[in-house]
Amino acid sequence: MNYKNYLRWNKLPHIWCPGCGHGIVLGAFLRAVAQRELNKDDVAVVSGIGCSSRAAGYVDFNTLHTAHGRAIPFATGIKLSRPDMKVIVLTGDGDATAIGGNHFIHAARRNLDLTVIVFNNNIYGMTSGQFSPMTPHINFATTAPHGNFDYPFDLVELAKGAGATYVARGAAAYPRQLEKAIGQGLDHEGFSVIEAMSQCPTYYGRKNKMGTAEQMLKWQKENATVSSNPGEKIPLGVFVQVERPEYTKLTGQFIDSVSGGK
Amino acid sequence: MSKHWEIIISGSGGQGVITAGIILAAAALKDGKNVIQTQSYGPEARGGASRCEVLISEENLAYPKVQQCNMLVALTQEALNKYSSLIAPGGMLITDKSIDTSALSNDIIVLKAPVYSTVANIGNLMVANILVLGVLNSVIDAVTGDSLAAAVSSRVPPSTIELNMKALTEGNRVGKELKREVEIA
Amino acid sequence: MAKQLVQGNEACVEAAIAAGVSFFAGYPITPSTEIAEKMAEKLPAKGKVFIQMEDEIASMAAIIGASLTGAKSMTATSGPGFSLMQENIGYAAMTEVPVVVVNVQRGGPSTGTPTLPSQGDMMQARWGTHGDHPVIALAPSSVQETYDLTFEAFNLSEKYMVPVVLLMDEIVGHMREGIELYKPEKIIDRRKPVQSPEEYLPYQTDDSLIPALAPFGQGYRYHVTGLIHDETGFPSNSPKVIEGLVERINKKIDKHADEIITYNSFDVDDADVVLLAYGSPVRSARQVQQAARQEGLKVGLVQMITVWPFPHKVLSQLYRQTEATFIVPELSLGQLADELSKSVPREKILRVNRNDGSLITPAQLDAVVREAVR
Repeated sequence: MNYKNYLRWNKLPHIWCPGCGHGIVLGAFLRAVAQRELNKDDVAVVSGIGCSSRAAGYVDFNTLHTAHGRAIPFATGIKLSRPDMKVIVLTGDGDATAIGGNHFIHAARRNLDLTVIVFNNNIYGMTSGQFSPMTPHINFATTAPHGNFDYPFDLVELAKGAGATYVARGAAAYPRQLEKAIGQGLDHEGFSVIEAMSQCPTYYGRKNKMGTAEQMLKWQKENATVSSNPGEKIPLGVFVQVERPEYTKLTGQFIDSVSGGK
Repeated sequence: MSKHWEIIISGSGGQGVITAGIILAAAALKDGKNVIQTQSYGPEARGGASRCEVLISEENLAYPKVQQCNMLVALTQEALNKYSSLIAPGGMLITDKSIDTSALSNDIIVLKAPVYSTVANIGNLMVANILVLGVLNSVIDAVTGDSLAAAVSSRVPPSTIELNMKALTEGNRVGKELKREVEIA
Repeated sequence: MAKQLVQGNEACVEAAIAAGVSFFAGYPITPSTEIAEKMAEKLPAKGKVFIQMEDEIASMAAIIGASLTGAKSMTATSGPGFSLMQENIGYAAMTEVPVVVVNVQRGGPSTGTPTLPSQGDMMQARWGTHGDHPVIALAPSSVQETYDLTFEAFNLSEKYMVPVVLLMDEIVGHMREGIELYKPEKIIDRRKPVQSPEEYLPYQTDDSLIPALAPFGQGYRYHVTGLIHDETGFPSNSPKVIEGLVERINKKIDKHADEIITYNSFDVDDADVVLLAYGSPVRSARQVQQAARQEGLKVGLVQMITVWPFPHKVLSQLYRQTEATFIVPELSLGQLADELSKSVPREKILRVNRNDGSLITPAQLDAVVREAVR
């Protein structure tokens, strides 16, 4: 199937700025979906608030654009009620790790079968450039005019520590690798997290003198690597892929055992 | 005997006074009475004064709390000190022999039962709540003995039914003796 | 039917199950915890879902997600948790997803008095979340009414596609009374779309102003957002769409207020004094009112079952008819009395407030009634 079949063409053009990396991430996601020929009616896409969360409106599934940080608990309700549906969360670095951080770690702990794609542009883009929990230390943002004194989360380590059973990182500069990482996450039964590095030339790039979108992608190419020996570079790839009983399977079995399979 | 009972069962958190009240209420309902059970407690699951209220009446009950307490059960000195002022004139108190009741006014009927020494003989202090229910009901006949026994056996943990039924029987015996003493006096 | 001795919180669970609840998400909080505990015990045995979430924000989100798949969903909480739920109560009101939220009120503000009753959340139930939004709130005063109104809460939420708050209090939640656990006669399920998926517009409504939201995963793919949206469900900034949506979701309830609002009135037609109450103070009010009538005093009682929408029409008519003095006993500093003053002149309202964690006693109320009828 062609990934273009999964777009709501009448809702385009999107709201993202020229040069934004989110379109590349969305493309990688939809190509992974198309390869698997997922049935649109059987998929729910849930998002929070922010630039990346607007993606839910552009894709032709059952789509739910929720409140800031809350995509995962809304998705939890859908998945537990309809374990047969594929439930995918599209979220951003601020949405998932600041206001939604608590929900993120608890869903990981439960190993609920959600595929969570975190569009990480290191900034709050929609509200014009405030720092997020994934803005690097001493980088600049409108709320960090003297440099960001906070230390950032490493999302891969956070997801690992919280118990996610599939954890990967990709980057807009490596779209094929990103597509593969998302695809494997969709195939995985359990809580799957894919951090997708994305560039925000409008705010993060400008505040930190990173240049144009093209220069930011080049930066990603040079500073992130798919190599298994990343050295000082940001490692890309799959970092966790383990089997652990999935939450709806466990509750389903329990329900069957106490209700006599009713 | 009065057909309208406003009963407070009090003791220390963990003694089962709320369970005792629920059992009494269930028995009264089974007898076709109108009944309301409420409780109040602090943050402690163990220790601290705990109280359970049971209203039993032939009439419809509107207000759900005790207004004129005509029966207070106090299983500890702390509970007695805290709640004795709620007893209406002419009301009754049932408490253990060991508890000091000298501060109570003369218009309260004080019944001191050997609660703890009897449960010690049974071999388990945890059934003081059920024993005192037996004492209470033998004194006031608020519910039928059959309903009370049925409520006890259906609302205590299955492994403790025998023990609790023994406590109830002992309580009934103690209660009858007390009542006779009061009537003679 | 033989009566059974049931606690208020348990009655809520039994009624929810009889009404067909299939999803409960919650976070433990006194004095509502027994509801979560009983749900955890009972729902899996019926093949339904119970989940304890990480907080009340998540609980509220999860029940909306579940309801979007067609599941009758509910949560239960108390003051501090109700505060956290406000964000997503607004989301449910905006996106018109039916859910039932039980609030067993305790004393506030903040952590307040976890084990003591209060009615301090009346205004929060109406205006706790931001923006002009609809809500329905019902208040039981007994264990039997808790059972009855839990059904009603599900029925109203499904019928009007709106969050419904069951506004209990610690007394009603924790007390035990003999009640009938009957099978409900009328169970309302949300409307199903009549159009084909190709023609379907999720927020298009008929004269009822109530949308028919298709359950997710049944072939009707559409978009749900907390942003202002048009009939298609997609966001819009058009002034016409903004005005239209906000008006419709509110009018949807206002228009049907007469059907929604229920109350019990006792001896009000010739009353010189009318007691107005909801929740556990009704119990004191009823005792005082009956005793007063037996003495020949012209005292009536209106028990509000529906707290929101507020029965202004009923009460202003009653005032015009009787010119009675209204006495308002409540476990707050006057949230009910203040609302009443929109339909009855302030000088005709006597407030009986209590916020020390105790119920208003019949004696306390009786003194005020006697003063008023003199």
